[in-house]
Amino acid sequence: MSLRIFVPHDAGALAVGADDVARALTQAAAKRGIALDLVRTGSRGLYWLEPMIEIATPAGRVAFGPVTAADAASVLEAMLADGNHPLRLGVAEDISWLKRQTRLTFVRCGVIDPRSLDDYRAHGGYKGLERALTLTPDAIIAEVTASGLRGRGGAGFPAGIKWKTVAEAKGNRKYVVCNADEGDSGTFADRMLMEGDPFVLIEGMTIAAIAVGATKGYIYTRSEYPHAIAAMNVAIAIARRAGLLGEHIAGSRHSFDLEVRVGAGAYVCGEETSLLESLEGRRGIVRAKPPLPAHHGLFGRPTVVNNVLSLAAIPFILDQGAKAYSDFGMGRSRGTMPIQLAGNVRYGGLFETAFGITLGELVDDIGGGTFTGRPVRAVQVGGPLGAYFPCALFDTPFDYEAFAARDGLIGHGGIVVFDDTVDMAKQARFAMEFCAIESCGKCTPCRIGSTRGAETIDQIRRGERVTENIALVEDLCSTMKFGSLCALGGFTPYPVMSALKYFREDFGPTPARLQAAE
Amino acid sequence: MAVYEHWDEARGAEIIAEHANREGATMVILHALQEAFGYVPEAAIPMVAARLNLSRAEVYGVFTFYHDFRKEPAGAHVLKLCRAEACQAAGGDALAARAEARLGIACGNTTADRRVTLEPIYCLGLCATAPSAMLDGRRVGRLDEARLDALIVEAQQ
Repeated sequence: MSLRIFVPHDAGALAVGADDVARALTQAAAKRGIALDLVRTGSRGLYWLEPMIEIATPAGRVAFGPVTAADAASVLEAMLADGNHPLRLGVAEDISWLKRQTRLTFVRCGVIDPRSLDDYRAHGGYKGLERALTLTPDAIIAEVTASGLRGRGGAGFPAGIKWKTVAEAKGNRKYVVCNADEGDSGTFADRMLMEGDPFVLIEGMTIAAIAVGATKGYIYTRSEYPHAIAAMNVAIAIARRAGLLGEHIAGSRHSFDLEVRVGAGAYVCGEETSLLESLEGRRGIVRAKPPLPAHHGLFGRPTVVNNVLSLAAIPFILDQGAKAYSDFGMGRSRGTMPIQLAGNVRYGGLFETAFGITLGELVDDIGGGTFTGRPVRAVQVGGPLGAYFPCALFDTPFDYEAFAARDGLIGHGGIVVFDDTVDMAKQARFAMEFCAIESCGKCTPCRIGSTRGAETIDQIRRGERVTENIALVEDLCSTMKFGSLCALGGFTPYPVMSALKYFREDFGPTPARLQAAE
Repeated sequence: MAVYEHWDEARGAEIIAEHANREGATMVILHALQEAFGYVPEAAIPMVAARLNLSRAEVYGVFTFYHDFRKEPAGAHVLKLCRAEACQAAGGDALAARAEARLGIACGNTTADRRVTLEPIYCLGLCATAPSAMLDGRRVGRLDEARLDALIVEAQQ
């Protein structure tokens, strides 16, 4: 009898020793003379339990975690005997953190072997494309529009409308570009998905291509994501061999092929027009809009640019129908959002759930507060360009409009938790500094405003002309917000202004609160 | 520790030719050159420009825009520490200060013996196991003082 054991190969799991665990398990099994069928999966996203390994049993996959190499032998014994072990977590799907989620996009992530097309198909893969091939492009777009899916990269633009614009645009060649340039700190959903379920992205992009009439697609991702790049390249090669990419996809009249392109450490390339410039082999300088990429995108051709999570939501929508997706959510935010809990949080990881859950539930209940055990003081939602919210705003539901109404944004769904040792003036300064480092330099408010902003906050922190300098920062933020070409300069004011608004006591010479803590 | 080829014009031309026919090839070529030589040798810039029918300034502009591309080889080992918000929230700043003190260099520099390059990185995407670091491509999460010290010792060897 061979034991089927699942060990994640996700970068987050590898960073905490998953390979060591896999090796130790193999050795322990060899010692006992047991044949091991070791399957390397993605991560389920319960990162505080990583490396979390699972064994197939008649009752389901039983999980253990967090496992170290030193635990491997005893865990293997417990697996063999179906006995108790301090690290035994029970059937994976029954772990409440996982059970409470609504996994539509991430349903297979951490479950299947990302290198196996058969495994993908066995878990419902390619059913969306199958249905799409029976529909007209207009009907596919109508389905996506009806689902209410909005761009998961942060802007929240309705995906169906974007697709319709590209479909109606004239061009001898059209492109589908996947924005996988996931540079926001506190976000890792794109990475997890590409590593754990790459075929779902390929399927989603293929459906997009059929809908708009594109023949070539690019996945633009980060050099910091080598595991994701490798996983995507393997999956693309497999899909090509299976006739699911290339000429006459699945025997149809449609042709579409895909390529992974790698950025080079420029955060601004997550902005869609900068990304297109970079894809064309140039400096990632933002383009003025209009013209929209939908009309005049990659190499001047009509181009769909969608985030990984938007495209990965498509197969479900085509397979189960728009209503099945839009039944989840609140207001104009339909479907689910893969939310990422990060930073100083006890139970960090990926939590996919319907829109509408409150920030407080996410941080206190699901995230379990801080891992340092100190009180939560601030959370930054939506990456480096997202606002810092105090606990007083924890009743905010996770919804594009609700966050916008409170001068925040949900961005790509990352939540970074900070405890009460955080110095919010320092965080505000970092927002300006980061903008200065990453500004593409095209527009003045961003290029110069960020540098002046960092200098002025330095003065405030040194206690120089505090009131006047705060007024100056506020004025500068207003200029950046309304005068910048893209979200980098335009949204950097969010973290700065929210820090000033909710944590004003931190702005001045070293705050008394922190001196007391030292 | 990565092993790189010494700069060689013929080899450079071969790498450039291999990718020159792809759409928007500049970045692809710069990546390939750095992968082979550990940096983008200055002599390669006019070669890329000539092959792609671009000006030297255009290629040089691309090369300097992106943080990843090096104009000279890094130290024998590269230790990158994530300095973005999620790692800051988890104590990353103190660890970065510790690494700087232990190595005697500021972030962004290489030790005098050329053994270790210490660099900031803005997000490895390991934000739920913060703080994180990367030593020569190997990712390490849940960094604490002991793990950081071990990485530094490893890098110095």
